[in-house]
Amino acid sequence: MTTIPVQYYLVIAAALFCIGLAISITKRHFIGMLLGIELMLNAVNINLVAFGRHDPERLSGQLFALFVIVVAAAEVTVALAIILRVYGRFKTVDPDKVNELKQ
Amino acid sequence: MEVIIFYIFSALTLAAGLFILFSRNLIYGAFALFVVFLGVAALYVLAGADFLAVSQIMIYVGGILVLLIFGIMLTQKKEKSDDSTRHNRVEVPITRKIWGFLTGIGLFGLLMKVIFSSDFRMAGEEMSTKSTIKTIGVELMTSHLLPFEIAAILLLVALIGAAYLALNRNPTA
Repeated sequence: MTTIPVQYYLVIAAALFCIGLAISITKRHFIGMLLGIELMLNAVNINLVAFGRHDPERLSGQLFALFVIVVAAAEVTVALAIILRVYGRFKTVDPDKVNELKQ
Repeated sequence: MEVIIFYIFSALTLAAGLFILFSRNLIYGAFALFVVFLGVAALYVLAGADFLAVSQIMIYVGGILVLLIFGIMLTQKKEKSDDSTRHNRVEVPITRKIWGFLTGIGLFGLLMKVIFSSDFRMAGEEMSTKSTIKTIGVELMTSHLLPFEIAAILLLVALIGAAYLALNRNPTA
């Protein structure tokens, strides 16, 4: 069984991270930015799993990736609740138009 | 054989990611994110993380993605038109597009330089092909017990906070 070198995973993860960063910069939509953040978290998890392959006794990388998934789930629920509140008040999801603390 | 599968799934993942970047309708982007999550789960399997791949599919595809699609549908634009793709369209100004691409490509070049100039010396030997579930369970209940409990409390706090925030406190608005 051939094993894939760790650099391959790192390249894929770097590309995915940069795509996520570009998405969260270019999209003028709160949920579009959230999509980019999810992509970036996944890229980081790929890195952790790729390095955790060399630690079969304790699997620290995979455990860290598991906690990252948990934190991502918590983050996206709170972010969506805040987005719904902002939409209810300002009737827009464009971050450029939400520039006042109080309407 | 394994390398070919790796290439196929990584190409799928990157293509779906680029589709999110270039698609102007956000719902299509959310469905492309589904493909990205499946591709990442396949990469986890190829790296020997079977439990993580299954939990990735269950949490991301079953939970987060459904939540995101609900969010997109609840925050549509108000104006009515016959064009069905109109409601979720995201107009991107050209200056922001340029800055986004410059930042992404610049960071990618920097990361490539770092990755190919560094020489990773691995401490342990490669993982053999056995299930990781037993190790993860034992580690979670022994040496990682405190982060496990903190994650449980974090999920509870996030649940209560999200429910409180999403309550409609002024029904007239």
